[in-house]
Parts: sequence; structure tokens; C-alpha cells
Amino acid sequence: MELDFQTSVDYFWALLPEIVLSLWAMGVLLADVFQKGSRSEASRPAIAWLALAGIAAAAVANVWLMTVTGTGGMIAVDGFRIFANFILLLAAALAILVSMGYLDRHAMNRGEFYVLLMFAVVGMMILASAQDLILLFVGLELMSVAIYVLVGFNRRDPRSGEAALKYFLLGAFASAFLLYGIALVFGATGTTDLALLAETIGTGVQDAPLLLMMGVGLLAVGFAFKVAAMPFHVWTPDAYDGAPTPITALMATGVKAAAFAALLRVFAVSFGGLHETWVVAFWWLAALTMIGANLVALTQGSVKRMLAYSSIAHAGYVLVAVVAANAVGAAAFLFYLLVYTLMTAGAFGIVIANARGDRERVSLEDYAGLGWQQPVMAAAFAIFLLSLAGFPLTGGFIGKLYILRAALAADQVPLAVILVMASLISYFYYLRVVIVMYMRPAPAADTHAGLTASRPLQVAVGVAAIGVILLFFAPAMVLDAAQGSVAGLFIAQEALFGLSRGP
Amino acid sequence: MLTDILFFFFAGIAIFCGIMVVTRRNPVASALWLIGTFFALAAIYTLIGAFFIGVIQILVYAGAIMVLFLFVIMLLNLGNDYQPDLRSRAWMITAGGSGLVLLAILGRVFAADTTAPLGRLTGPEAVATQVAEYGAVGAIARPMYTDYMIVLQVTGLLLLVAVVGAVMLAKRRV
Repeated sequence: MELDFQTSVDYFWALLPEIVLSLWAMGVLLADVFQKGSRSEASRPAIAWLALAGIAAAAVANVWLMTVTGTGGMIAVDGFRIFANFILLLAAALAILVSMGYLDRHAMNRGEFYVLLMFAVVGMMILASAQDLILLFVGLELMSVAIYVLVGFNRRDPRSGEAALKYFLLGAFASAFLLYGIALVFGATGTTDLALLAETIGTGVQDAPLLLMMGVGLLAVGFAFKVAAMPFHVWTPDAYDGAPTPITALMATGVKAAAFAALLRVFAVSFGGLHETWVVAFWWLAALTMIGANLVALTQGSVKRMLAYSSIAHAGYVLVAVVAANAVGAAAFLFYLLVYTLMTAGAFGIVIANARGDRERVSLEDYAGLGWQQPVMAAAFAIFLLSLAGFPLTGGFIGKLYILRAALAADQVPLAVILVMASLISYFYYLRVVIVMYMRPAPAADTHAGLTASRPLQVAVGVAAIGVILLFFAPAMVLDAAQGSVAGLFIAQEALFGLSRGP
Repeated sequence: MLTDILFFFFAGIAIFCGIMVVTRRNPVASALWLIGTFFALAAIYTLIGAFFIGVIQILVYAGAIMVLFLFVIMLLNLGNDYQPDLRSRAWMITAGGSGLVLLAILGRVFAADTTAPLGRLTGPEAVATQVAEYGAVGAIARPMYTDYMIVLQVTGLLLLVAVVGAVMLAKRRV
């Protein structure tokens, strides 16, 4: 189907996945109210499955979206959006699966949890596909507001509340940066449409007006906050540590992927003409994030906090693909986000499983001897950790390889070297957990007996583990899809400047 | 010429009130100075011909939102213990540096006589043509309900999420 965005009906078709998901979320909200006898009673498991069905329905609509083409609207209808949507829906599905048992254990099984999660995903999908800075901002806020609430969802835990407050204040601060940047860019160019922006900025690289440069700078700061790149990461460890663990998984995967997708769309496509200018800033951001986050992660005693710093470090690796800003980089970017989503969600799934009652066991000592008493769980965790480190035989290795290739294609040799060095540092703290699991004896013979991994969580972890392994042995299919989906992204820009960085 | 004088007058008031907002020790005083900023901004909007936005600025911000602020301050009983925000020397240097950068940018803007927008017209001329064509309210309403329809709908979702979230976080028993 061909859409030209002349009528509202075109927008209806172009936004079908988002519309399906938001209507479904409202339905879940009502269903939750009607199925309870008393308001204070916990929601029944059916609500979680209903939410999961909504994610599946949105995925089906997203598949249908592949048959649609269209340009010129406020929402992009291209392969990049469809691929990003699949990553976001996958992250949401994994988050719902791992949260089923978790919510019951922590006595916070409320249907609103899933409703807010679904609305957050709607926001992420809009953020990743907006072709207009205003829509991008509203999508970002929809995502953020839902996540602020979800972070503070465990009301009896003061740490959850503290994390929510910190995330809210710093998130609002970052939104203000972004909004100010959008206003200045509008003042300098007279448009907020991303395609028109690319056209307007054109080749005026030499004497870009001050207003435009300030706007671009503020946008960069706002995005750096949202993807948690150093030195704009200060909120991350506390927010990730205090949030309910399934939400930590969603924040580390979905929120980050959506913000990155918007970042790539805005900077590589719209501000492509200013590439020489902003690439310097992102170069330093990437280098600082990779080195700094990995060094700090070395000192963490809590596995949950270590994973938080690991997610900051991974933002640095993805930023390398953004710096490359070519078609190879964009494909590597999508591939890496997919692998990263699988392995991070899986790792947090294990952190959720390694708990007794409502007490999470997140310190390094709590993992001692896990390899012998819970072999399956420990093996899955080892796979995720090795993949996060970038070992061969896991998808993380292929992902890093493609990012390196993109960096080399864009002549970013120093950055590629930093990436390799930072990965070497990261081996230490990932392997330390594996060593503790297998080499250090458990304090007692029944330390890890009877850990509560619910069936849905086992499914989620299993799917993630198989996916991580498959992406090493058969990356071609996904990579071809990623390459195909970014094919259209840089066409406009290359036609404008006749540039083609990389092969 | 008169417009320029008025603009600088109100811009000066807005900046002065803004500085007062962040330097007052009493939150209520800060909130009251913020009203001054809002009024000055409303005057600036009116100067560039955006009458509707100017009126809304006073009605919504200076009226409704300000009352909300004061309610929150009074309900939380803030303002009894004062602690400076800038506690260490590093923060002082950062804040001072940011201020200097802002001054430098302002200086460059005045020295270079602000460059014209790269693309389409913005500012008073664009506002004037829109208002002449559709009227003061129509100039806002038309794009809002046609070009930016999707944004309006998503804003509706955003409000729904905010309501659900506020009930979840703040209700005594859920």
C-alpha cells in the first residue's frame, strides 16, 4: 500500500502498531478493574497474558506494516522503523515474561503495571519512528512518564521511591535540554520536520549559524542523558538499582534502544550535513563512556549494579556505530541493539530468578556455587555474561565485530582500538561472576536449593539464550534484514551531498 | 523602534525575575518572582503578534499553574530549612562557567546581529501572516487539529498515563 499522508486515514494505517497497542492497553486497564472483586486484591495471571497478547498483536500489525510504503508524513514508514519496533516489542515481551512471578513475590501484582509497560512501549515506538521533532518529544515523554511510575512501582521499598524520584528529576532535566534544543533548531531553520531539516541544512557546513549549533548541542546533551552516556550517566546506577528488576531490564533494553534509534535518525539523517561538527562530540562521548563505565564496573560488588554499569558501557559501543554514521554503521547498530536486548534481558532474568521470597540476592557472594547447585540457571547466566563481554560463540561477538567493521569503514581507527581495549577491561568483571559461580563453593549444600524461577521466566531466559547463540551461528539472516532496513535511511542524504562514507 | 525598546524592557524584566527565582531562599518568594517572569514573557509574545499565546500564558501559567505551585509548597511545608544547592567548589566553578558561556553566546548574537533563519520564515512576519489569514485563535487551532493531529492524540495518551501513574503512586491503598 502506498501512503502519501494527505488524509487522516493514511496516518491511521501508518500508525497501526501503535494504535493496536494503545487500544489494547486501555482494554487491559478496563479488564483489570472488572475482574477484581475487591480493589485491593491482586490481579489474576490472565492480565499478564492479555498484555502479552497485545504485544503479539502489535507485532502482527508491525509485520503487516512491511507491505506499506510512504514518505512525507510525520511518522516514518521505513525498514528502520519496522526493525526497531521488533526490537522494542521483543524487549517488552521479555520484560512481561520475567515480571510475572516477580510481581507476586513482591506483593505488587497490579494490572496497571502491564498497562503502563504497554504505554511505555507505545512511547518508545513513536520515539523511534517520529519524523518530526515535536512528535519525537511527545513520544519521549510518553515513554518517560510511564517508566518513572514503573520505577517507583514498589511502594513499600524506599529504594524504589528514591530511584523513581532521581530518575524523574534528572529525566525532566534532560527533557528540558532536548526541548530547548528543538526550539533553537526551529528558530534557526524554521522547521521541525526531520526530512525538511536535512534539506534545509544541506551543505551549509562551513558557516552554520550559532543558533543551529547551540540547538544541535543541546539535543546531543538531551539524548546523551537518555541513553546514559558518560558523563551524563549519574542517574543510571541508582535508578537501575532501585527499580523493580523487570523494569530495570526494560530500561536497559527498550528505553535505551528507542532513544538510540531516535538519536541515529536525528543526527545521522537530519544533521548529516553537520556530521563533521557533531562527530567530534560523539567521539569523545563514546570513548569516555566505554573506558569510564568499564572501569567503574570493575569496582561494583552488586551484580545488579554491575549490570547497570555494563549497560552504560554498551551505550558507548553503540555510540561508535553512531559516530561511523554510514549504512554499515546503521546495520551494525540495529544488529547490536537486537543482541544487546536479548543478552541484557536474559541476564536480568537470572538476577530475578536468584531470589528467595522478596529478598533479591544480588551481591557477588550470593552467586557462589550456583554453577553446581543450579546448573541450568548458571549456564544461561554464563552465556549472557560471555555474550556481554563479546566472547566468540555468542551473538555479542558478532555484534562487536560489525561495529568494529563500521568504525574502520569510517576511518575511526582510534575509536576501534578503544573499543577493543574497553572490551578487554570488561572481560574481568564479567568473568569474575562466572568464576564465582563455578569455582567458589557455596556456603552450604542447600544455599541455592528451591530458587523460584517461574515457568514464564524460564521461557524468557531460554528464548534469550537460544537467540544469543543463534545470532553467532546464523547472523546472516538478521544482518541482511538489518542492512535491507537501513537501505532507505541514507538515500536522501547521499543524493544531497553525493557522499557515501564506507562501502 | 518602539517595539525594540519594549522588547528589551520586558526581556530585562524576565531575566531579572528569573535570577530572583533561583536566588531566593524562601520557596514562596521564588514562586512569586516566577509570576513576574510569566508576565514579562506574555508581553513579549504579544509584541511579536502572538496574542492568543500571550493571553494563555497569563491564564494558564500565571493563573492555574502558579496556584498549584503555591499549594504544593504550602502542603509540603517547604522553606523551613535552607541548604545551598551549590555545596562544593566544583559546582561553583561549573555554574560560573555555564554563566560565562551563556554571556559569550549572547555577546556573539548581539555582535553578529542574529543570522537569518536558514529555511522558512519564523518570527513576527510568519506569525503576522498566519494571524491575518486565520485569526489569532485559528493560527493555533488550525495546525493543532490538522498538521499536528497525531501529536495531539499522543498527548492525550500521555495525560492518561500520567493519571494512571499518579493514582498508582499516590493513592493510600490500591
